[in-house]
Parts: sequence; structure tokens; C-alpha cells
Amino acid sequence: MDWVPAISRWIHLLAGVMWIGLLYYFNFVNVAAAKAAAADGTAAGISKHVMPRALFWFRWAAVVTWLAGAALLGSNFGAAFLLQKSHMAIGLGAWLGTIMLFNVWVLIWPNQKKILGIVPATDEAKNKARRVAFLASRTNTMFSIPLLYFMAAGAHSALYFG
Amino acid sequence: MKNPLDSLWGTVICGLILTLALHMIVAHALGG
Repeated sequence: MDWVPAISRWIHLLAGVMWIGLLYYFNFVNVAAAKAAAADGTAAGISKHVMPRALFWFRWAAVVTWLAGAALLGSNFGAAFLLQKSHMAIGLGAWLGTIMLFNVWVLIWPNQKKILGIVPATDEAKNKARRVAFLASRTNTMFSIPLLYFMAAGAHSALYFG
Repeated sequence: MKNPLDSLWGTVICGLILTLALHMIVAHALGG
């Protein structure tokens, strides 16, 4: 057994389920729940107790997923990111995942810190932060669909492109 | 025009269309 790719693949899947699972929780559940909670004055519990914990696991799962994916690619890392024919499918998945990691750490998390009051922000800055974080999260949800397709296709190229 | 990402189902449909488009590009590049 070759331990590095075997363990990397396992960790990549574990962390990826946590990352995308929480992304889907935010988009499929929390957006509508937060809107309804704001309407009846119960949103504080979500923003104080749920979101900081969910975002902690979300952003660090994204890092672990990417690092385990990079370890799994190993010597094929360059071929994948250069979209060489032999690694085009997994390379597209890797690019989508990398853009999504960027969105998490550069667009979602810094803006969520303003929204949740972890860092000070004016009401105007909070409103702008809400829009940017929302669109980045929705972009990641959109990208997750081809991402998972190309993850599957990377391991079964003949089935998808044969 | 409304941003399709404002709607959950608009987001999912955009993801499916993007998947189809990328699939066709890769299939063409690989000659499949």
C-alpha cells in the first residue's frame, strides 16, 4: 500500500464532505432560516452561536481539503494545474477548488467577520459585506457542481469522456 | 436583468449549465 496517496485521498474526502456540506447548509438552509429569524426577531441566536462555529469548521475544512488534494496529486500537481490532456478533468476540478478556497478566505470569511461583529464595521459596510459574502458563497455553490463532476471524472476518465 | 445567483435554484441551474459546458470543452479537447 502506498500510504501517502491512500491517506491523502481519505482526508481529501473527509474534509471535502465537511467543507461542501457546510457550504450547502449555508446556501440551502441558513440563508432562508436567517431571513425568517430576522423577521421574527430571533436571528441573534444564529449569528452568535451557530455561524461562528460553522464558519470555523467551514474555512479550515477548505484548507485541509486543498492540502490533501495537493498531496494526492503529488508529482501530477503541475500537469493538473496546467490542464495537460492526461490530467485535464482533475485539473479543472483542482482549479475550481482553488478558486473556491480563495473565495472562502478572501471574500467570505473577512466579510462574515464584519457581518457577525467579530470586527467593527458601520451599517453601510455590513450591508456591502452581506452582499459580497452572499455572492461569493453562491458562486462557490455553483462551482461545487462541476467541481464534484470533475472530481468523479478524474478517477474514471474513460467512463465520462471515453 | 436579475442575478441568477440571488435564487437558490438559479444557482443550481447555472452550476448544471457550467458543468455541461466544461464537459463539452474537455470531451472536445480529449477527442472523445
